Amino acid sequence: MITPKADPNETGYIHHLHADQFDDLVPQALANVELRGALAKATNTIRNRRATALEEVDHFQELRSQAKSIKTEALAHLDDHLETFERQATANGIHVHWAADAKSASAIVLDIAIKNKTRLAVKAKSMVSEEIGLNDALIDAGIVPVETDLGEWIVQLAEEPPSHILAPAIHKRRREIRDLLARVLDRPMPDDAAGLTEVARHELRGHFAQAELGISGANFLVAETGSFLLIENEGNIRLTTSLPRVHVAVAGIEKIVPRLQDLGPLVRIITRSATGQAISCYQTLITKPKTSPEDDGPEEIHLVLLDNGRSKLLEDDLTAETLRCIRCSACLNICPVYRQIGGHAYGSVYPGPIGAIFTPQIAGMHAASQLPGASSLCGACREVCPVDIDIPGVLLHLRHRAAEGDRSTGDHPEGDPLTTKKNRSMRRGFRFWRWAMGSSRRFELFGAIGRLLATVIRQVPSLTKYAGPLASWTDGRTIPRSPGRSFRSGEMARRLRPEGQDRA
Amino acid sequence: MGIEGVSSLLLMRIALFVTCLMDQFRPEAAEATVSVLEHCGCEVVFDPRQTCCGQPAFNAGLHQEAIPVCRGAVRVLDDQITRGGCDAIVTPSGSCAAMFRHAIELLDGDDAVAAKRVAEATHELSEFLVRRLERIDVGASWPGRVAWHDACHGLRELGIKSEPRRLLEAVDGLDLVESSTCDRCCGFGGTFSTNLPGISTGMADDKIDELETLGIDAIVSGDASCLMQLEGRLEARGSRIRGVHLAEILAARETLTRINS
Repeated sequence: MITPKADPNETGYIHHLHADQFDDLVPQALANVELRGALAKATNTIRNRRATALEEVDHFQELRSQAKSIKTEALAHLDDHLETFERQATANGIHVHWAADAKSASAIVLDIAIKNKTRLAVKAKSMVSEEIGLNDALIDAGIVPVETDLGEWIVQLAEEPPSHILAPAIHKRRREIRDLLARVLDRPMPDDAAGLTEVARHELRGHFAQAELGISGANFLVAETGSFLLIENEGNIRLTTSLPRVHVAVAGIEKIVPRLQDLGPLVRIITRSATGQAISCYQTLITKPKTSPEDDGPEEIHLVLLDNGRSKLLEDDLTAETLRCIRCSACLNICPVYRQIGGHAYGSVYPGPIGAIFTPQIAGMHAASQLPGASSLCGACREVCPVDIDIPGVLLHLRHRAAEGDRSTGDHPEGDPLTTKKNRSMRRGFRFWRWAMGSSRRFELFGAIGRLLATVIRQVPSLTKYAGPLASWTDGRTIPRSPGRSFRSGEMARRLRPEGQDRA
Repeated sequence: MGIEGVSSLLLMRIALFVTCLMDQFRPEAAEATVSVLEHCGCEVVFDPRQTCCGQPAFNAGLHQEAIPVCRGAVRVLDDQITRGGCDAIVTPSGSCAAMFRHAIELLDGDDAVAAKRVAEATHELSEFLVRRLERIDVGASWPGRVAWHDACHGLRELGIKSEPRRLLEAVDGLDLVESSTCDRCCGFGGTFSTNLPGISTGMADDKIDELETLGIDAIVSGDASCLMQLEGRLEARGSRIRGVHLAEILAARETLTRINS
């Protein structure tokens, strides 16, 4: 069993979560023309690269189902695999720590940092570290954390959270980054991307050499060998995990895979799904600290296994699918909603379709129940997901939980006050709808009234403000032109009536 | 092979599920659906007890409201298959066809069993014509340049992609161009369109911006709901592109001289 066991009634924690403000954040994002331009351009580029990379794979669906079954199997026996991992990693000389929640994970890292007299910690990009708010915990303890992933460094300097799981600064255009660096570093900056990257390289190199501690996440934990894999392109993870004397990795418990050979299909599919690369520039497989002075690498390696509400998702097959996620971001890049509003509007470090299901399930519906509504249920996310997570299915499940509750909630609706209020008003409308749809005669009557209203409103558009949800419809769209009659009232429909049904 | 070949020649009895939206707001498209099926040798039956499949409430998470409405549709259609002698159910909407698959889990007991029968018997129009009847050319003529919009549920839940394109390519006088945003959502999404109108219209714009560059007369789709969204936005933008349902084109017998005059 996972020890210490998380209290199943306790929800997890997501740092700086403000998903309950989704309704206010959306108009702000929509009004930001720069942001929408940057998003359209960047997501187009990545999704095209992904599509091209996958065309080169002979049997993509086979690879996909392989990846899916590895993750499904891993989750089905998660406790066994975690114990095996702990045993193997410990035997290799890695210190394994269990963190039931975000707070204890931060405390464990802090404790290690303090024991090693850390003043400066270099960090590899890690979503889990964003989730638990590790940087703030370090800063509070007087330790300086420096993000070394280029995008993550940019958002750290801008004092913003990342807006994308893989490309944290996707919302920023180049000139914005140039101005930011000029301001922070107090000197003129070059205009081109290569020049700006060069500046970052020089700034960061010094930190790698000085840091007492390197902090990273992990892409996959291998139970069989007690190793863990990190995937990247910039080389900063390799430096973070090998230059400082001590390395701490923090990983969600769902990152486990049973066997070393499982990494083959998973790496093949994650790099293609994430950045459209057949393989990323660096894969770092870490198995043990250095054993002799001639070796490279840290003297001490710690791995923190984080639950933070994850094990609760295993109780149900549908919600457990969420934990299959390998954080490739393909769903963000394809999502037409994410494309309109970007990551910050979700009010969670986990944005986009996967964020809309992960955030409320981890942090609780009371904190993020508006997010499952942020989807037209188009299903593009499920189509591109390398591990076939039924994101629309989970969105529907969460919408139902917010509106009515289910067995897992004791049939109590759960959501933030705004969602509850909206659901209540939607229910009033749908109660009437249900009654109107309950007989063909009422359907025809209210259909006729609807057509009449539509005709009137088309002629006098100012009337929409009295028309409830129609007011939102006419905000940018016209009302459909109404036909003078329904299909069922026509000659043809009467002719098609089955025998013995002479009246509607 | 022999038996299948023969069965497609025999008169098939089809229960039409017209969908609430098309019934009330696009009766010509509903009648076009019937005409195409009759042209292909089907006998069409319309049971006026049907109303809505229940999807709007289901997608909002409101099962208490969705269940009775969905159950009503399932019972009427199941009755047509089990007792009314119908061989299949055809609907001019991929979205409503897909809803019957959700109905299997939404309903319980005998209704769930009935929902399974209904889901299995239900075909979206283009899928039915091409896969079941093996008809590509339905004798239609429609002069104009069009692009196809893949409705999400038809595309991703029912796997409909080539069928409507093959049907459209066989239409006399019609020029089909591919849009690079054909499989991107139009932004309708039921209550989503009024809950988050800014995002919804932004999604429509994403498509329309590209459609405007194609020099098309019409955007064609198999779902009346996508058309309502796209037409609403097109008209608000003052575009000359109009929305047309696939059935309306397949039933058209317009003379081609008009385009030349």
